[in-house]
Amino acid sequence: MNKYRPNIALVIPDKSDDPTKSITMRINEQDITRTVSTRMHLADFIRHEVGLTGTHVGCEHGVCGACTVLLNGCSVRSCLTFAVQADGAELRTIESEANPNGELSVLQQAFADCHGLQCGYCTPGMIMNIRSHFDSGEKLDLSDDGIREMISGSLCRCTGYANIIKAVRQAALQLGKG
Amino acid sequence: MSTRQFGERVTRNNDPQLLKGEGSFTDDIPLPGALHAAFVRSPYARAKILEVDVSEARDLDGIVAVYTCDDIGHLDQELPLLIPHDCMTDPRTARPLARDDVYYVGQPVVMIVAIDRYVAEDAVQLVDIDYDPLEVEMDIEEAVKDGAPLVHHHPNNIAADFTQISGDPETAFAEAEHVTRITVQVDRSTASPMEARTVAAHFDHISGQLTVWDGTQAPLGVRGGLASLFELDEDKVRVIAPDVGGGFGQKIMFPHSDEVLVPLAAMTLGRPVKFIEDRRENFIGSNQERTQIHHMELYAKKTGEIIALRDNFLHDTGAFIPYGIAVAQVASTSIAGPYRIPNIEVSFKAVYTPAVPVTPYRGCGRPHACFAIERAVDQLADDLGMDRMEIRRINLISDDEFPYERDGLIFADGLKVIQDSGQYLKALEMVRTEIGWDDFEAKQKIAQSEGRYLGIGLGFYVEGTGLGPYEGGHIKIHPITGKVYVNTGLTGQGQGHETVFAQIVSDQLGVAVKDVILVEGDTGTFEWGVATFASRAAVCSGNAIHKTAIKVRKKVIEAAANMMEADISQVDLEDGHAFVKGTNRKVALSTVATASNPLRYAFNEAAKAATQFAPASRHDGPALFEGQHPGLEDTDFFSPECATWAYGVHAAIVEIDPITCQVNFHKYVTIHDCGNMINPTIVEGQVLGGFAQGIAGALYEHIDFDEDGNPTNASFVDFLIPYATEIPSLEIHHLQTPAPGNPLGIKGVGEAGCIAVGTTVASGIEDALKHVTDRTFRHVPITPSMIQEAIVLGST
Repeated sequence: MNKYRPNIALVIPDKSDDPTKSITMRINEQDITRTVSTRMHLADFIRHEVGLTGTHVGCEHGVCGACTVLLNGCSVRSCLTFAVQADGAELRTIESEANPNGELSVLQQAFADCHGLQCGYCTPGMIMNIRSHFDSGEKLDLSDDGIREMISGSLCRCTGYANIIKAVRQAALQLGKG
Repeated sequence: MSTRQFGERVTRNNDPQLLKGEGSFTDDIPLPGALHAAFVRSPYARAKILEVDVSEARDLDGIVAVYTCDDIGHLDQELPLLIPHDCMTDPRTARPLARDDVYYVGQPVVMIVAIDRYVAEDAVQLVDIDYDPLEVEMDIEEAVKDGAPLVHHHPNNIAADFTQISGDPETAFAEAEHVTRITVQVDRSTASPMEARTVAAHFDHISGQLTVWDGTQAPLGVRGGLASLFELDEDKVRVIAPDVGGGFGQKIMFPHSDEVLVPLAAMTLGRPVKFIEDRRENFIGSNQERTQIHHMELYAKKTGEIIALRDNFLHDTGAFIPYGIAVAQVASTSIAGPYRIPNIEVSFKAVYTPAVPVTPYRGCGRPHACFAIERAVDQLADDLGMDRMEIRRINLISDDEFPYERDGLIFADGLKVIQDSGQYLKALEMVRTEIGWDDFEAKQKIAQSEGRYLGIGLGFYVEGTGLGPYEGGHIKIHPITGKVYVNTGLTGQGQGHETVFAQIVSDQLGVAVKDVILVEGDTGTFEWGVATFASRAAVCSGNAIHKTAIKVRKKVIEAAANMMEADISQVDLEDGHAFVKGTNRKVALSTVATASNPLRYAFNEAAKAATQFAPASRHDGPALFEGQHPGLEDTDFFSPECATWAYGVHAAIVEIDPITCQVNFHKYVTIHDCGNMINPTIVEGQVLGGFAQGIAGALYEHIDFDEDGNPTNASFVDFLIPYATEIPSLEIHHLQTPAPGNPLGIKGVGEAGCIAVGTTVASGIEDALKHVTDRTFRHVPITPSMIQEAIVLGST
C-alpha cells in the first residue's frame, strides 16, 4: 500500500472568476480562436493556450527578449503584450522560421554552423528579433558593432554573443542583406 | 577507420531542435490539469513571524491549497546540509517554509497552489503576515564582529573558520626581504540563467511513482533528497532534468523549498503541480555567490621570488550554509594560482548575513582567489620596480616541476591539491606576443601625450577541474535502427554534452556523430553518478563513456567476427557497419545488435535470423551461454584520482573615456589550456560565455542591498547583465597539455573563461590611470563612478 494518497473528496475548481474575452488571431498562418482571461499575457497565450512552446519567457518585464515574436511583422515582447491586445493580429513565432519540410532556415542554419547557441533558451527570441531586421528591407550594418546593435534587444547568458554575431553575418550575406 | 571525431569542430546534435523551438524545457512539458504554485516571501531581511493569516487567500476563487509550515507535516524540518565539514559549528540550513523567523528578503513563508499562476499570485497578496523586524548587518566586515546583530542564535555570525597550511610559512615569513600587503573585494552577484529555476511533479498514487521534472544540475542528488525526505524507495522517485536553460552553478544547489513542496502538493492534491520561478524570485529566492574580502600578503626576495603567502579572507555565506564551505575551500586552495610559492597560510571565516544563501556560481571561489593573488602580484611588481610579465615569469611553476603538489592543502573534493600538468611559461610568452606587450609602453606614452588613458592588463589563472567522486556511462546499440543510445547520470544546461559525448562514442563504434543519441539527467534511465559542477562533465562522464565505448566495441567486433566467420583482428567498424578488412563483407550494427539477442519472434527481417528457430541459431543448450548478456550494451565508470588543473592567461588593452569613464577594449586575448579538446568550437563557446560573465563581474553586475537588507536591483532593468553591446571581442589561442590522469587527456573548461577577467580588467584600468592617480582597483565590479573618483582624487 502506498504511503501517499491524494486527499479524498478534494474539490478542485476548474476556473477562476477572471473576466474573459474571445479573441481570434492568425498565428503562423493558422487562425486561432480562444476565450481567455483578459489579463493573460501574449507569451502565456502562445505557449499554454495555443501550445507553441518555442517562445520562451525569461523575465516578464520586457528586458531579456526571450519572448520576442512578430506581431503584424514587428518584433514585440510577448510578455509585455496582453493576448487580447493581439486580437485580430497576425503573429509569427519561432515555429514558423524553419522551412515547411523541417529544414532549418538560412538564419537557423547559420546559428548551428557558428555555434550561436548553447542552452537555446534565448535563441527563439533572438532569432525572431533578427528576423524582423532581415524582413524590414533596411540595409543592414554587418560590422561587429552594427550586429551588436541589431541583437541588443536580447540577453544571452551562455554564448558571450561572439558566435551569434558571426551567425547573423553569415546568414545576412547569404541572403544578400549586406 | 572513419575520420577521428575527437578534436573535430563537429556541429551540435541538438541544435536543430532548439533552433526550431522544439526544445523541452520544464514548462514546455504537457501536464494536463496541472496546478500552479506561487510563494509568499519574506519582505524583511530578519524578523520574527508573529502571525500568519491565510484565510482570505484560501477563500479566493481558483485557489486549491495554501500551505504554511504547519501544513507540511514532517517536511517542516531544516533541509539537508549537503556538504558537511568539521570547521563548521552548528551549521544552519533553511526550512521549506519559514517557522517563527525569517532570515532574508525572499525566503518562502507560505505556498499557494491554484488553478493558474495569475490566481496564485492574487492569493499571495491576500496572505496577511505580522512580522517583528529585527536589526540587521549586511556588511560582512561588521557582521563578523562580536556584538553584531545576529542572523542565528549563535554567539556570533561566524559559520565556519578554517585554516590550511602548506610548507613552513612561519620560517619563510621571517626570511622575506619584502612584504606586499593588499586588500581586495569581490561583490555578491548571481548566475541569472536565462531560464529561471523550474520544478514540476506528477504523482501516480496507484503505482506510487513520483515523477519530478526539475531544471537542476543534479537530478540524482534531487532524487536522493526527495527519497530521503519522503521516505520513499529511490525507485519510486524519478527525477528528470529536461532541457535546462543555463545553470552556471545556481542549479547545483538542492533542494530549494519548491523542489520539496511542489512534489508534496502533487502527492496530496492528486494533480500535477508546477512552479516556474519568475525573474524577481530568481533574484531574491535562488542562491547567489561571490562576496569575499581578502587580506593578502606576499613575502618575497628582492629578486621578485615569492617565498610565502598569507591570505585571510571573509566569505559571505548568506543566511544559511547548505552547501558547506565549498566556495571558500576552492578559493583557499586556488590562492597561490600558477605560482610556485612553497609556503602558504590561508584562512577564512564564513560569515552569516541575512541575505540569499551562497552556493557556487560559475568559478566557485576561483575568480576571488585569482583576483587576490593576481592583484597582489601586480603590486609586488610595482613595489620592486619590476615588469608585471617578469615577476610572473620568475614565479610560474615550470614544465619540469609538474605534477606540483601543495602539500597540506585539501581541495573541495577532499583530495590533495596537485597541479598535474601545464606549460605556464609558454602560455605567458604567447600572451606577451599576442597582446603586443613589448610594444605597448611606447603606444601608452603617445596616448598619454594626447591626454588619453590607455592601459594594459594581465591576469593568470588556474582551475582545478574534473572533480570526483565518479561518473558512469551506459551504451546500447539499438537493434532496430542501429542508433547508439548513451546515458550518463549528470546532465547538461547547454554545454553540448549531446555532441561531445557522441564524438567520443563515434570514434569507438564507427557510427556517425548524429546517430549517437545521448539521454542524460534522467534517473529512470541511468541512476549512477553525481552532478554537473566544477567543470567535471567532460572529464568524468566523458572518460566513463569512452571506457564503456571501448567495451561495447569489443563486443561488436566479437559478435560480427562470429557472424562473418572472420578473425576478430580482421574486423573493424565504420559507417555504422562491421566489416572484414580488405573485403566487401560487412554487416550493419543494427543486424549485429539484433543477432546478439536470441529472439522468439521475427518482427523484422534482421530478427528472422536471430530467432531461436533460425538455421544459424544455436540449437544445443541455452541460447545465451552462462554469463552472456543479450544485445550490444555495457556500462563502465570513471573515478579520477584527483582534480586535473586547467589554466590560462588573459591580457587586455583598455582605454578609459575621460568624460564617461567607460572602459573600452582595444584588444583582449586569452591563452587557454584545457588539455586535449574534444571539440574546439564547443571549448571556445565555453570560454566566450565564461568571458562574458567575467566582463559582467568586472564592470557591471553586483547585487545591491540597502541597509535594511532589501535587494535594490532585483530585476534585469537594474542588475546590469551585459547585452552584445557590452561584450568586447575575445581572441582565443589554445594550448593543449594532455591531462595525465585520464584516458582522454582532457581537463574541464566550463568555468575557465570567467576567472581572470576581473583582475585583468582591474590591472588594465590601473595601468591606464597610473600617471594621473595613486588609486588602485581592488574591488570588482569597477563602476564608472569608481573610475571618476580615482581621476578626481589624482596623485598625492
